[in-house]
Amino acid sequence: MFILQNIKFKDILAIDELEIPKDKVSCVIGPSGAGKSTLLKLINNMLSVDQGQILYKRKNVEEISPMDLRREVMMLPQKPIMFAGTIKDNLEIAFKLLEEDVPQEQVLKEVLKKVQLHKELDIQAERLSGGEKQRLSLARVLLLQPEVLLLDEPSSALDENTENLIIEMVVEYVKGNQKTLVMITHSKQIAKEYGDKVIILKNGKVVNEVKS
Amino acid sequence: MKEKEILNLQLWQLLAAYIFVIILLVVVKIRGLKKEQEIVLSTVRMTIQLVLVGYVLAYVFKQNNYLFTIAIIAVMEIFAINNIYQRVQQPITKKLKKIIAIAMLTGTLLSMLYFIIFVIGLKPWYSPRYFIPIAGMLIGNSMTGISLGVERLVSGVQDNKDKIEAILMLGATPKKATQDIVNAAFNAAILPTINSMMGMGVVFLPGMMTGQILSGASPVTAIKYQIVIMLGILASVSVTVFILVNLGYKTLFNERAQLVRGE
Repeated sequence: MFILQNIKFKDILAIDELEIPKDKVSCVIGPSGAGKSTLLKLINNMLSVDQGQILYKRKNVEEISPMDLRREVMMLPQKPIMFAGTIKDNLEIAFKLLEEDVPQEQVLKEVLKKVQLHKELDIQAERLSGGEKQRLSLARVLLLQPEVLLLDEPSSALDENTENLIIEMVVEYVKGNQKTLVMITHSKQIAKEYGDKVIILKNGKVVNEVKS
Repeated sequence: MKEKEILNLQLWQLLAAYIFVIILLVVVKIRGLKKEQEIVLSTVRMTIQLVLVGYVLAYVFKQNNYLFTIAIIAVMEIFAINNIYQRVQQPITKKLKKIIAIAMLTGTLLSMLYFIIFVIGLKPWYSPRYFIPIAGMLIGNSMTGISLGVERLVSGVQDNKDKIEAILMLGATPKKATQDIVNAAFNAAILPTINSMMGMGVVFLPGMMTGQILSGASPVTAIKYQIVIMLGILASVSVTVFILVNLGYKTLFNERAQLVRGE
């Protein structure tokens, strides 16, 4: 699905060759400062490479409209972003920003259940805890049903139990709907258990690729 | 306007007004505020600048030539635009500087021409006695509006970088990602004009009207002019700031809809 060829970005990332397979779960692990988030941002063109090229469906990402690319290849940053208003407002805003039809309330409730957020839709989003905000952000992205999900440590603010439930749900969703997932995780355990492919980054380089 | 009603100040009366500066200097010296130099400099500058401008305007009024009016407006615009570049605390890129100049020129000139030609119906249109002071007020107020607008726009984007990026990551356009910031910048920039309209005539008497009354015009005539000028200022500030924020946000993104960094 993605092929990275001889890419270089500042002195943060330098990758000779990397492939990210379609309809699979790829996990990216590595110490902080290894270039993991930069890698995801390059894939959906939030950043542009200084050298080399990134192909998405055999097309250079620089040649695709950035908005169309990001609508299909959607990234969820590590720090959850909340908008003013209720949980419902926070779920609907993405559709409003993209000028798409807002889903029915029932659909919103279902996605909240999926991400283990057992709250009413009319609760103010600012009153949620860090972990709850993270799950609400994830729910927002899941509702949009992108083809590729780029998740930057989607469970960093969660306790171990919820973390496992969430990752399992996301992986199940991806597999069941022929989606592609690239996920940065701090947990080798998660990477090993769920990753069809594990990419290990260190000092901006791919030091190992493991396929299970 | 009846000339005999005008109270012309004598030189000794003008000099008498400077006594307050001397008193201020003494107070500042006693309290050790170390502001003497600044006070003297600002007083001297104010005096020289106003005397010069008085003579220049007297000369220009006498010529009654449209080229002089245009030249003076051009100088005012250049000073105002440069003043904005210096006043804004945030770093501004070359592209944004260009937008500031475009917004300033388009907004002020459009509203200036509309108010002077259509509303006031000035004949000849370039009559410097009217054109220059009115243009000065529109340009001055628009300058303040744009400074505020730029400040709020750039700081708004900087303070909300994470949020803007998160919105872009969903596939939204830079326009959508910054719409709240653009609106807030517009509101902040026109707020002083709105506030001054609210208090006008009750909390304070505006400078132009006071000037007209002092120089012998009837308060009713002065008020009519003041209303037109205030609406002109509102139009000029709104148009300049509207152009600025709606074109300005684009300079903060590159052609790949990425936030421009480090400038």
